[in-house]
Amino acid sequence: MRPNFPIKAPAPRTEQIILFRVSGQLFAVSSASVQEVRGVDSLSGAAKEILQPSLRKVKHVVRRGENSVYVVNAAMHFGLPPAPPALVFVLRRTRTALLIDGIEKMTSMTRLQALPLAFCHEERGWYRGLTALDQTVVPVVKPDGFLTPEEIFLLDASLSQEADAEAIRKAEENAQHDIDTSITQ
Amino acid sequence: MTLIAETDLQSFVLLRLGDRRFAVAANQIAELVTPSRIFRFPHHTSEVEGVILRRGRIVPVCDVAEKLIGKGLKSRRFYLIAQRCYGPQTEWVALPVTGDCELINAEMTLPSDSDAPHVSGWLSHAGDVIEVLNLAALTPGPSGMAPVAAPPQPLEARP
Repeated sequence: MRPNFPIKAPAPRTEQIILFRVSGQLFAVSSASVQEVRGVDSLSGAAKEILQPSLRKVKHVVRRGENSVYVVNAAMHFGLPPAPPALVFVLRRTRTALLIDGIEKMTSMTRLQALPLAFCHEERGWYRGLTALDQTVVPVVKPDGFLTPEEIFLLDASLSQEADAEAIRKAEENAQHDIDTSITQ
Repeated sequence: MTLIAETDLQSFVLLRLGDRRFAVAANQIAELVTPSRIFRFPHHTSEVEGVILRRGRIVPVCDVAEKLIGKGLKSRRFYLIAQRCYGPQTEWVALPVTGDCELINAEMTLPSDSDAPHVSGWLSHAGDVIEVLNLAALTPGPSGMAPVAAPPQPLEARP
């Protein structure tokens, strides 16, 4: 006779997440989506200003290899009151770096509920869903939801225009330098 | 009462918003609960206040008072948790109400062309004429999802 082994329920699948704050509001992001966490100060040398009047949430761009990564102010993206950001998340498989206030903790979630269909505006693009942690509901952000393809196109165009203007300025400076040199000779 | 008249009767839950009463088909009601903590996070759907946690589910809270009585609710006594159809899918929504709810049987008169989209019919009850609410027209949802009739669900009241 075979012994009766207790049937174990399969362990729920979990996903590691990072809880972070933006203007006091708690959000979660999958830790697999975060490539790098940096202090804001470490960006100051590498970041270049970018001006796209229709996208006030992006003020800086960082060159990473072949790509330009746009630095999105999360508070402005979500329409929250401005708060001085302390950290930057470089988000994997996106061209977004996210300015946040700070990390609350790392934890895991076992259940992600789809955003209720009653939410029917831009937020559908912002969140993967909602999760309940310690009797609190936390929105789980979509890493590619901070910049739409149209917004990236606009930013790329701005960057390209700025690069063209810079090239023209340099060419003019060189030309002026050549004229000055020929006069002095 | 004749047998034919009895079969025309349907069950409705009467809810109170300020001084007015409205009705929702009873088969669309999941439960009646006391207000619990509302969790808020950034979004752009103004009709949704936030979400509550109920039996492990995350339920959006939709204040329909602004649309129905022209002003938001200052106080709320219960959340009436109702099923809202989004095409073939149904989800719970919590509707804040200001008073007790009542289960009645009544005969519904169909709406006329001049009625607002959120009116799915009319009831005559205790001397009042009461709007029966079409939640699909009253609460927000993605456009292009035609509502279908809600499947009958057991009524469960938990004040």
